[in-house]
Amino acid sequence: MSRDSTIHAAQAINEALHLAMAQDERVLKFGLGVDDPKAIFNTTAGLQQRFGPARVFDTPTSENGMTGIAIGAALAGMRPVMCHQRLDFFLLAMDQLVNNAAKWHYTFGRAVPLTIRLIMGRGWGQGPTHSQNLQAWFAHVPGLKVVMPSNAADAKGLLLSSIFDDDPVVFLEHRWLHFAQGEVPEGDVRVPLGRAAVRQSGDAVTIVAASYMVVEALHACRALEQIGIHCELIDLRTVKPIDWDTVFASVRRTGRLLALDTGAATGSIAGEIVARVGMDCWGALKAAPARLALPDCPEPTSYGLTRQFYPGAEEIVQCIGKMLGLSRLPLEFLPQRHSHHDVPGVWFSGPF
Amino acid sequence: MKTALYRAMLRIRMVEEEIARRYPEQQMRCPVHLSIGQEAPAAAFGLALSADDRAMSTHRSHAHYLGKGGDLEKMIAELYGKSTGCCGGRGGSMHLSDERAGFLASTAIVGNSIPVGVGVALAQQLRGESALTCVFLGDGATEEGAFYEAANFAALRHLPVLFVCENNLYSVYSPLSKRQPAERDLCTLARALGVPAEQVDGNDAQAVLAVAQRAAAEIRAGGGPRFIECMTYRWREHCGPHFDDDLGYRPTGELAAWQDRDPLPRLAAELALTDTDRQAMIAEIGAEIDRAFELALAAPYPDESTVFDAIYRTELSS
Ligand SMILES: Cc1ncc(C[n+]2csc(CCOP(=O)(O)OP(=O)(O)O)c2C)c(N)n1
Ligand SMILES: [Mg+2]
Repeated sequence: MSRDSTIHAAQAINEALHLAMAQDERVLKFGLGVDDPKAIFNTTAGLQQRFGPARVFDTPTSENGMTGIAIGAALAGMRPVMCHQRLDFFLLAMDQLVNNAAKWHYTFGRAVPLTIRLIMGRGWGQGPTHSQNLQAWFAHVPGLKVVMPSNAADAKGLLLSSIFDDDPVVFLEHRWLHFAQGEVPEGDVRVPLGRAAVRQSGDAVTIVAASYMVVEALHACRALEQIGIHCELIDLRTVKPIDWDTVFASVRRTGRLLALDTGAATGSIAGEIVARVGMDCWGALKAAPARLALPDCPEPTSYGLTRQFYPGAEEIVQCIGKMLGLSRLPLEFLPQRHSHHDVPGVWFSGPF
Repeated sequence: MKTALYRAMLRIRMVEEEIARRYPEQQMRCPVHLSIGQEAPAAAFGLALSADDRAMSTHRSHAHYLGKGGDLEKMIAELYGKSTGCCGGRGGSMHLSDERAGFLASTAIVGNSIPVGVGVALAQQLRGESALTCVFLGDGATEEGAFYEAANFAALRHLPVLFVCENNLYSVYSPLSKRQPAERDLCTLARALGVPAEQVDGNDAQAVLAVAQRAAAEIRAGGGPRFIECMTYRWREHCGPHFDDDLGYRPTGELAAWQDRDPLPRLAAELALTDTDRQAMIAEIGAEIDRAFELALAAPYPDESTVFDAIYRTELSS
């Protein structure tokens, strides 16, 4: 069954789930709404029809209990893949994730092959409790792996690796990236966990990003190229573990670092990048490392309060301009926004 | 009282219909969960509660807010993200609050306002107040651990809590049959937790009002918490302004059957409300709603320079 070579990330995720379930009957897929008409933004489409309601099922609104149940099933030989339409809803299950899933292998020597897909919202008034990017919380917990794809091919390849990994993996999907189109190889093509990708090569500044910030950084890199500034863009892909070799090698060449984050600044992954680069690449640095992350503030709902809330390509260009002492910023080369700031494109009309 | 009950339901219906009509204009840029079809519990409990009683609610809270006496203009402005909104635009449709009316807050995480409401009741009891706290919840929220834990504590301490569960048979697209065992109903569950419970036809406004008044009186008399399950039905999509029956997640004819049991005409008939009286009410409420929307549209967005204000009561020094 062949398809277009270019597909959306949501479809790529769906493909990974189909492949994993077809390949290994221990893979289970459950979560609120997996078999409903919207199929988790189409990522779970067709799974129940194909693999049956025993392996693919809707759940009660019981995040904590169901996560424990997934852990038990994983311990007893299954490979559950759970999902939640917003990361914020999963916070009810932090006990099971942190006190059980993350600890069993260390304490009891028993593997917990569990994947938890969490979708992080943005825009259209998602507000204080539907838009949190808490990757740093998960990364902070020893025993968890944390994955943040930035494009369609990685969404598929990293999800396959996550599902077949023997440790608990938190797989973070940025809602706006579900719409990202890209070339995605057919078949079981996996992207290994713990290895970053260099999206753009350059010598001026190393930009380290993950998830949606990679998209903004790419726009910034292209604009800067127009004035002869070539940045190196590293897409972390997994934020736990971090591919330090790739980060350090790049910073040692460029001597400059800008770390980006979709989460709040304090205690962020970007902060960790800055810390480790400061410690391990001190001698190579030509400028103070910089970080762009979200403000340490709950996200307000109002359209009027979110216009400046999210740093994007423009702020990246400004930050790099400052770091390099540029007299002119190539802001005119940034893509024109045709839609409101709070939607991924003009075609999006809410509500989720 | 009966006329007030009808008027309260009609007002909720008209507000929700107007939100649905205007939502596609893309000016209310936040998710909205409408209560069209489920107006009776909000109106009846709103009337049965007194001004000092508190209420808490969920993502689907416009009706509860209005029923409890929440300010309409501030609610509409909040949906538009305006500075004049009840949370100054910070919360949107899923976070309403009107302290003056005793509507403490609605929150957007399923089940998470339930224990908070119980905590408010604990404070009421400790202060020796005669007021109670009404906690609105959906059938889906009874599946969260927070519900059991909070109901258990409310029973343990005989707290003045009125749990009002609007059982509309669905959590988003999931019917109860996929989420709870068919042979065990919610009232049995509540009773097992030590909370006296009663089921009522949630589309029979007078019946709901009678149950609400009795339960409130029992709680005020020191009887401890009560759980009332109101059987009702959401007409439109879970989130958003449209009808979505074409998606096929509800059995054919189910919506139509519930629409035949529309709480509004039923109460109008019981009241023998004349068409002239009804038209007068519609005109009056319509004018109030038009004004609320006009004001909301004309109001400014909050000043962007205030976005980081008031994260803390005592600002951190940086
Ligand atoms: C903890 C949590 N899980 C899931 C959701 C997504 N969600 C929002 S509303 C809703 C339905 C809840 O159903 P119910 O309590 O019956 O309320 P209803 O929408 O029917 O009024 C769900 C699952 C959420 N907001 N919070
Ligand atoms: Mg429900």
